[in-house]
Amino acid sequence: MSDLSFVRTEMLPEKAPPASEIGIVGWLRHNLFSGWVNSILTIISLAAIYGVLSVLIPYVFLSVWNAESLNECREIMNETWGSSHGHACWAVINERWLQLLFGFYPPEFYWRPILSLVLLVVALAPILYSDRVSSKLLIVTALYPFIMPWLMWGGSVWGTVSVAFGFVAGYLVLKYATEALGELFAMIAGAVVAIVWWLFIAGMFVGAMDAILPIALETVQSRKFGGFMLAILLGVVAIGCSLPIGIVLALGRQSHLPIVKWLCVCFIEFIRGVPLITLLFVASLLLNIFLPPGTNFDIILRVMIMVTLFASAYMAEVIRGGLAALPRGQYEGADSLGLDYWQSQRLIIMPQALKISIPGIVSTFIGVFKDTTLVSIIGLFDVIGLTHAIRADTAWNGIYWELFAFIALLFFIVCFSMSRYSMYLERKLRTDHK
Amino acid sequence: MSTLTEPPVERFRISMLLYDARYRSATIQVVAMLFFMLVAAWLVNNAIINLNTLGKPISFKFLSNPAGYDINQRLLEYSSRDINLRAALIGLLNTLVVAFLGCITATIIGVIVGVLRLSSNWLVARIMTVYVEMFRNVPVLLWIILAWAILSEALPKIKSFRGENATSSMSLFDTVAVTNRGIYIPEALFSRSLGNVHLLGDSGLRFDISIDLIAIVVVLALSIFAVRKVKARATAVQEATGERPTTWYIQLGILFVPMIALLVALGFHLGLPELKGFNFKGGTHLRNSLIALWLALSLYTAAFIAEIVRGGILAISTGQSEAAAALGLKPNRTMSLVILPQALRVIIPPMISNYLNLTKNSSLAIAVGYFDLTGTLGGVTLNQTGRELECVLLLMLVYLVISLLISAVMNWYNKRVELVER
Repeated sequence: MSDLSFVRTEMLPEKAPPASEIGIVGWLRHNLFSGWVNSILTIISLAAIYGVLSVLIPYVFLSVWNAESLNECREIMNETWGSSHGHACWAVINERWLQLLFGFYPPEFYWRPILSLVLLVVALAPILYSDRVSSKLLIVTALYPFIMPWLMWGGSVWGTVSVAFGFVAGYLVLKYATEALGELFAMIAGAVVAIVWWLFIAGMFVGAMDAILPIALETVQSRKFGGFMLAILLGVVAIGCSLPIGIVLALGRQSHLPIVKWLCVCFIEFIRGVPLITLLFVASLLLNIFLPPGTNFDIILRVMIMVTLFASAYMAEVIRGGLAALPRGQYEGADSLGLDYWQSQRLIIMPQALKISIPGIVSTFIGVFKDTTLVSIIGLFDVIGLTHAIRADTAWNGIYWELFAFIALLFFIVCFSMSRYSMYLERKLRTDHK
Repeated sequence: MSTLTEPPVERFRISMLLYDARYRSATIQVVAMLFFMLVAAWLVNNAIINLNTLGKPISFKFLSNPAGYDINQRLLEYSSRDINLRAALIGLLNTLVVAFLGCITATIIGVIVGVLRLSSNWLVARIMTVYVEMFRNVPVLLWIILAWAILSEALPKIKSFRGENATSSMSLFDTVAVTNRGIYIPEALFSRSLGNVHLLGDSGLRFDISIDLIAIVVVLALSIFAVRKVKARATAVQEATGERPTTWYIQLGILFVPMIALLVALGFHLGLPELKGFNFKGGTHLRNSLIALWLALSLYTAAFIAEIVRGGILAISTGQSEAAAALGLKPNRTMSLVILPQALRVIIPPMISNYLNLTKNSSLAIAVGYFDLTGTLGGVTLNQTGRELECVLLLMLVYLVISLLISAVMNWYNKRVELVER
């Protein structure tokens, strides 16, 4: 052993990593300056960020909040900063934000759209956060489609009640007649009862109830609807109705019945092949031509119908993708359990297909919500239509950026939250091993 | 005497239409068809009654009446004395122009942004994320109007180019004038032009094609064909001898020499825009409406394309690039030979629908006053003639045909790059 001059008997203590590899310096080296290409990119990016922020920050924060007109705004800017450029005049938002949100809706009734929105949140909560919110709230969800139009448009409460009662009557007939008549005839009987109620009895019922107990909200005309409220209204209706219609269309397109299949294919491809604006032209110019002479119903209702049809066709394609992505074994498994068509769709196929298509469904929702701005082209006063109206006022003639920034912010908040929610939902519903 | 019982004869009963699976599907279909035909007949009947009451039965005669309005941005010659059909044709070409330009720029920006979002550079990746989220979550109509407002409010007035102490000047060596009324760019002129081919005579659809343009396209096609031949020969030589002959100078020569010779022969020169009086004369005038629409549509669609490209690249497993590295391929060859061909299969189908969306969104041109198909046929013509039904039907039909054509072409391309499964 003596010929070995030195043998280490114990381990050396671990050394700290070099200072250039840890902490902020290490992070910078790895993520920003890992090579000369990356270093150049980083420097260019920093320059770009500086360029944007050096304009944006003074614009947003060194701004005028209180003024009567654009000229007054500019005078204040000239006095304070010596130049009227590069500073925002948020006074226009300060003065007109209620109009941008509600359009020409009568101010004394602003509580009605606000209450509708609050109820919407309550109605959506048990669906969106089913694990945290009591399912008792689903009763609000069921009643919401009847309450919301009444709140928004006003009128007698009994009209709403009678419409809802038609559904209840149909459902009751379906439930109690199934044993006596069989499912199919019970369904037909339910539909007949509901239609008879709506067409013949509901009018008398409303008249009688109005005489006995008049409960009514003051009517608000459709042409007073506008602003961001209109976008939300159209968006909610189109989103809410397009999902069920889309599911039916997707099933129709996958069907083995050739005529049903081709009807669905033609509808979907036609709607997807034309721009939404042409469908809105149909709503504003043509829909009356195709209805019995003398019918003249509300422009907002017509737009809602067309936007819903538009959204349904896109929804159908998204859901069809989900259906196609399911392995055949799922269909065969459902068949071998002896489930009939609707049972297997409801219990086996749809839950999985819808889960697969969540990202597509939510991006369709976002797309529809953004597309509601197109109604400004057919002359409705949504947010973008209102910017023209505000600019037509001599006090605010020539104001662009502040209004656009405000609108963009509104849409960004809503759409961005929707896309984040879809990511949350995907994570929550993921059942495979992570 | 036979004791065998007859097999039960199955007689048709009405109830079997509902309860027998063999007949039920036929019943459902007949009912659906009847229902559909009833609804359609009801709608058509209503339309006929209503149109007769209004005193304007369906007729397409208005298409051959003079249009009576001007279109400022156009590819073919047109005046307000031309007929409505020609106005619609000019509009259709304008739609196709903006859709074509938009698809190209959106693809370029989208691919760059999509790749940069995957960059290892933290800052660059974040900036690209901000870009994508910003454009995806704000309506395209707002972007179009915003772009238009920026162009017409923030760019220098033509007035400022004039006079002794002009505050603005033309950019790019005095060839391009960027003004608040649009951008003036040089135009290609031929002093020894070969003239035009007049197609379709004097009708509303008359169409002039420059023979110069045809000559250029033919020469370019021939050059590309020759370059391919050269490449194929080089590959053959490489396979036979193992060494690839250097051909880049031959390729460049084949591409450029005939083209330059042709351009010289045609007397090619640039027509520069010049300030004359109150306006720029000469050159090509790209109006704000076109540029705003093009810019906004490209940037908006690029945000979606970026996400598709990113998804496509992420869908290729890292095993593929590691295998390519193990084979000794350089990073750029890995990208072009291994990653991209596989990513393309994932990328192309959603890309088709984005191109279609861009084309359909180009109908928002009406918001900035660009005369595309919606602006002419569905806008001024509709308002002047009062022929809502005919105009909107034609409009939908044309858009439907464009959509079907684009998806047919892209599906054909998709078939070509698709994985061949055996």
